[in-house]
Amino acid sequence: MDRLARIWDSDVAWSFRHSPIAIVAAVVALGTIFAAVFAPWLAPYNPFDPASLNLMNGFTPPGTPNAVTGQAFVLGTDHQGRDILSTILYGARISLFVGFAAVIFAMVLGIALGLLAGWRGGWVDSLLMRIADVQLSFPSILIALLIFGVARGFIPAGMREQVAIWVLIVSIGLSDWVQYARVVRGATMVEKGREYVQAARVIGVHPVRIVLRHILPNVIGPVLVIATIGLALAIIAEATLSFLGVGVPPTQPSLGTLIRIGQQFLFSGEWWILVFPSVALLALALSVNLLGDWLRDALNPRLR
Amino acid sequence: MTEPPVLSVRDLIVEFPTRRGTLRALDRISFNIRKGEVLGMVGESGAGKSLTGAAIIGLLEPPGRIAGGEVHLRGDRIDSLSPEAMRKVRGRRIGMVFQDPLTSLNPLYTVAQQLVETIRTHDDVTEAAARARAIALLDRVGIPAAARRIDDYPHHFSGGMRQRVVIALALCAEPELVIADEPTTALDVSVQAQIIDLIKEICAERGASVLLITHDMGVIAETADRVAVLYAGRLAELGPVRDVITAAEHPYTQGLMGSIPTLTLESTRLVQIPGAMPRLNEIPTGCAFNPRCQQVFARCRTERPSPIERPGGRQVACWLLSETTAEEAHGGTALEGRGPLPAL
Amino acid sequence: MLAYILRRLVQAAAVMLAVALVSFMLFRFVGDPLVNMVGQETSLEDIAELRDRLGLNDPIFVQFADFVWRALQGDFGISYRLQLPVSELILSRLPATLELALISGALAFVFGVGFGVYTALNRRGWVSNTIMTVSLIGVSLPTFLIGVLLIWVFAVELQWLPSFGRGDVVDLGWWSTGLLSTSGRASLILPAITLGLYQMTLIMRLVRAQMLEVLRADFIKFAKARGLTNRAINFGHALKNTLVPVITITGLQLGSIIAFAIITETVFQWPGVGALFINSVQTVDVPVMAAYLVLIALVFVVINLIVDLLYYVVDPRLRVDRAAAAS
Repeated sequence: MDRLARIWDSDVAWSFRHSPIAIVAAVVALGTIFAAVFAPWLAPYNPFDPASLNLMNGFTPPGTPNAVTGQAFVLGTDHQGRDILSTILYGARISLFVGFAAVIFAMVLGIALGLLAGWRGGWVDSLLMRIADVQLSFPSILIALLIFGVARGFIPAGMREQVAIWVLIVSIGLSDWVQYARVVRGATMVEKGREYVQAARVIGVHPVRIVLRHILPNVIGPVLVIATIGLALAIIAEATLSFLGVGVPPTQPSLGTLIRIGQQFLFSGEWWILVFPSVALLALALSVNLLGDWLRDALNPRLR
Repeated sequence: MTEPPVLSVRDLIVEFPTRRGTLRALDRISFNIRKGEVLGMVGESGAGKSLTGAAIIGLLEPPGRIAGGEVHLRGDRIDSLSPEAMRKVRGRRIGMVFQDPLTSLNPLYTVAQQLVETIRTHDDVTEAAARARAIALLDRVGIPAAARRIDDYPHHFSGGMRQRVVIALALCAEPELVIADEPTTALDVSVQAQIIDLIKEICAERGASVLLITHDMGVIAETADRVAVLYAGRLAELGPVRDVITAAEHPYTQGLMGSIPTLTLESTRLVQIPGAMPRLNEIPTGCAFNPRCQQVFARCRTERPSPIERPGGRQVACWLLSETTAEEAHGGTALEGRGPLPAL
Repeated sequence: MLAYILRRLVQAAAVMLAVALVSFMLFRFVGDPLVNMVGQETSLEDIAELRDRLGLNDPIFVQFADFVWRALQGDFGISYRLQLPVSELILSRLPATLELALISGALAFVFGVGFGVYTALNRRGWVSNTIMTVSLIGVSLPTFLIGVLLIWVFAVELQWLPSFGRGDVVDLGWWSTGLLSTSGRASLILPAITLGLYQMTLIMRLVRAQMLEVLRADFIKFAKARGLTNRAINFGHALKNTLVPVITITGLQLGSIIAFAIITETVFQWPGVGALFINSVQTVDVPVMAAYLVLIALVFVVINLIVDLLYYVVDPRLRVDRAAAAS
């Protein structure tokens, strides 16, 4: 905590105060996250409640009142008469859930494997790093897509819909663990060679304790940066897979699914069904990305 | 009027604007270099030695900038030239040798390509003529089998050999002044002396003057004619090498030279200077050296000493000498504030 | 040199074998291959006979060896969904994907290097700032969104360009090209931009970062101190040194482009291998998935090998160092 407090006091806070881009990005990102988390209370409608839908409201342009209640649809409705604003809020909720869960999964896996590789060395290290090298030479979205495709194949047809979201999370997580593992492995190897760690080992301090006390604190900065940029990547990956129709099931539309639906109505002139979810996705991905970029510059860790 | 000095630096100020205010990295540095002379420049790292070289040749890294003063090359003012005019001065009239020969050469080009390119940038000669000149020059700097090795890549050469190539590159357009910035620091001790000798010889041969920047007093003692001592971006002392080494007058120089009994016997205690050179944002008022000086008195803490003319063409920026001169010569030669110094 | 190449080849073969194993397991264990191959009314005896004939009762490693052997000959079985040989399906769709990928790659490289060099040399101009901001948006924009937005603007609102398909294609032997017809070329524009934009921003940012790094190098300072012209320094010394690592990444990007083609092809209904793969994932058409997996791995391995060798040719230092390290 002391370390965190010191970082906060010094250049990072200064850099944040003097970076308008970072401030705007933080406001947009936090605002979106807030709106998504509290979607059930903030959204004017529950788009998953069939009772609230009325086909008379289908294809309502933005700003037009509800045919039944007279309350305006700020961003219009889709073909089923669902309020776009509400579907965006609920969709962002799913996108963010998948994104955060995938990042946490990748982070835990990457840190664990990085520690293992760095601490054990030898063939464990060679094997893990070889796998990492191979995986790094493929784009992570392709890895996620392939893992997802393969996993889908192995899951019995009846269960695919229910577990789709978890398969998606694991796929995206598995596609993005390498960077964490590399940073943690590097730091572990450096610390392992230090005399105090060797002394601690000699007097029989448990390796787990050494790792937690001495090694993890050194990699908080870089891991935080990777995680922030990773969140943007995971959100994009989820949206892409859902857009391709292989991600979350249509019953739980994420932003990517909404864009997929919207594209169908592009040629018939209902642009709002496509454009507003796209803007929401762009705002979310861009703001998180900008935050990550700023954080990397501010912490200036040995990332590259 | 005799002919102007090859290099004349007047009240040179270099500043770095930072987010926490402007830092003054060089503060009113003045010196001359005469034709064929080797001027050594010493100081701790961060004292501004390398910055002086970079400022003269017009290659200060932004945001660093020359904020005041003048630089004249054989009477021509060069600190305010257009970028293109300054480019033509570099290489042609001022050559420069950097510290690390391993990184000074482009790894993707052969030595021949780099030499020929440089020669043909400054002289309108054919490729073949430039190549012949390059081979002769490599031969002169002591590369064995120069005609064959010229087509090798830099990584084929050892560190010492690469520095010889760097010297050839710095000299290939026959400059009047060579700035050598720590030319031997990155080299093996065994080849340092050879490289220093080579620089001195080859410049003498061509009548080029040398500004030799180093932190190594030994190198200065063997090579330079005169020496300038920098401390925290200011000139502390300047004079003929022998005089400065045997009878340093500035307390800092005395410390730098180790214990050489000079003015008083107490100075034998100055084997080591306590403390460290201040950072640029923490330079004290008055004399920059005052917190570490053993002979400090009130005036040193309030007023900055300007270089004072001393007998034998020496200059020393220290109030100790001003007090004595003032008593002896009734306030004669002590120069106040930012008044220009007479040319040496 | 030879030892180095051999080592790389062995590594490549190991990767291919691992991918083949995954592909085989997918093929063998996902559902029951027979259920997908035979109709509802086939008798149990026929199924048992077919099972035997297809070697599904052999020991597993024999089946794997058989799979690899057939894969080496380009035989990946029959698509469940389309009931056609997978190799034929892929081969017929390969030209569309390759044309799209190569054009996008060329666009990305030319503009990426150009913008990267420009922004590195003019760090503070408003043009550079604009390019950098747009590039950040480009990196954050998911590929499919770029495609959808381009369709909206250029196909729906302006109606300048077609939004799906390849237009008219001309057959040149087994290769069908869209480059020889006006509608084919028009159809290529939006997909190529969509696919190339992200790669372009990546290359651009890489070139810029690398060039800035090189411009800080000692040998650039020394080149300036020798009075070389800006042109010689920027485009002779700095750019050449910048391009060495850029070539590696750009080469690898070509693999990514082929992978990202999956997305672009889906958005534009481009009849390529990627769209085929997505359809096979949606319908769990295992033979096609397995074949695509092997194909994409092969593409990456081959590109990696080529890039390594290219690197070796460009950088004289490696001719000594790498050979020494590899032996």
